[in-house]
Amino acid sequence: MRRWLGVYAVAFFAFLHLPLLTLAFFSFNSSKFTRWEHFSLAWYGAIFKDPQIMEGLWNSVVIALWATVLSTIIGTLCAYGLWKHGSRVLTGSLYLSLVTPEIVTGISLLALFQWSFRWLNWQLGLYTVVLAHVAFSIAYVVIVVSARLRTVSPALEEAAMDLGANEWQAFWHVTLPALAPGIIAAALLALTVSFDDYVITSMVAGVDSETLPMVIYAMARRGASPVINAISALITLVFGGIILVSERMREA
Amino acid sequence: MNLRSWFLLPSWIWMWLLFAAPFVIVLAYSAMTRGEIGGIEPPWTLESYARLADPLYLTILWRSFLMAAVATALCLVFAFPAALFISRATSRRNLYLQLVMLPFWTSFLVRTYAWLFLLRDTGLINTALQALGLIHAPLPLLYNDGAVLLGLVYGYLPFMVLPIYATLERLDPSLVEAAADLGARPLTTVLRVIVPLSKPGIVAGSILVFIPCLGAFLTPDLLGGGRTVMVGNLVQNQFTTARDWPFGSAISIALMAIVTLLLVVFLRRESESLV
Repeated sequence: MRRWLGVYAVAFFAFLHLPLLTLAFFSFNSSKFTRWEHFSLAWYGAIFKDPQIMEGLWNSVVIALWATVLSTIIGTLCAYGLWKHGSRVLTGSLYLSLVTPEIVTGISLLALFQWSFRWLNWQLGLYTVVLAHVAFSIAYVVIVVSARLRTVSPALEEAAMDLGANEWQAFWHVTLPALAPGIIAAALLALTVSFDDYVITSMVAGVDSETLPMVIYAMARRGASPVINAISALITLVFGGIILVSERMREA
Repeated sequence: MNLRSWFLLPSWIWMWLLFAAPFVIVLAYSAMTRGEIGGIEPPWTLESYARLADPLYLTILWRSFLMAAVATALCLVFAFPAALFISRATSRRNLYLQLVMLPFWTSFLVRTYAWLFLLRDTGLINTALQALGLIHAPLPLLYNDGAVLLGLVYGYLPFMVLPIYATLERLDPSLVEAAADLGARPLTTVLRVIVPLSKPGIVAGSILVFIPCLGAFLTPDLLGGGRTVMVGNLVQNQFTTARDWPFGSAISIALMAIVTLLLVVFLRRESESLV
């Protein structure tokens, strides 16, 4: 039994990891066919020569940074407020926003933005994508920071206030520093979900705000290409690194 | 206003402006009429909901249900032994858990693309089988229901492993020992003792897998190649090429109703099991 379970586990982990590893492996293949010829970095070079990919990358970075900063601030304040005193309506909305199918979130935000254009003189673009990303990342931040808050004793703030600190000082000097690793973990998580999103982004992006996932998606629909393999390998490497740091932070 | 109210203010704005308002607009659109050039116009009507009963759309809804159910069942079958393995590991448990989570945290798009790369006609699997002389023409592995199911299972497997692992970890080992002492063989112990006791984890995992599978868009679009239409694709299509926003809104509302219903049933069960 134990041995069978071990054999199964090897197959299971292979199933989880081999697809990504083969993908990365063939990004170093000089041939564009799935037959190994010889080692080459040509496809990586091609990434940086493709103006569409570079523009998508730039847009994605700008959007992800804005979305991360905003959702981390809003989400952290929210987690803290809910820690002080819960709110079923707000918590319920946060969880509901997490389980809403992405395509439904995408079309609802599109409907909202289009509707607002009747009165506001703006159009779909980087702003709407950032707003959409903030909208769906807040819940992730709240969950990660709340998990950290559960390890913080409310007695610490009470002690600070007994010693003359006001509410703000108790938050700023006592609880916030204790939350720092959780906040960093939450920000890194928000960064990756924002950078990776295709479904919602594709609904609310304008002509000038194509993100990297949108470029990759358009290429992938035309069929596989070693250039996508190379970008995929780079994304996986960067994401993997970010997530490992985030996990360390969560455990710290 | 105290500090807490100030801190929660942005979240309330988020909730009303970016969560409730879009929902209300979609709800309103679902009860309006499609205009000549694809706009949304009065009069108010429930015609879009009536169209959902059209056999064509009922079939798509039913297919999505079936695909999500099969994907959930497959996830359960694959995840359970893995969760059992991890819960019994003594020294490297954290490493195994991270190995489960790591591909999950990497890009969902990249993970789906990986299967497109492996399954296509000139992909690794077909190339390898042809090189071995097992087949002469490439097998049609991509752009069918099987490919979509594979993509869904691959995408959401960790959602099943983690909750099952969490219940197995809390399982009282003496119950397993008792079963063995009373003469149960290992497989019998798993099926008659461990599986029933890990029911909360199985239910939680199934909900966590079923919901995103039901509303999936990216996987059926990329791996189904437009042939495997699920309800998510139908919604996207109404808002893009078909430009029938009222109907797309009605499907979205129906989908949200199903998801919310599932969650309510699940949460009620959970709170019962806690009592």
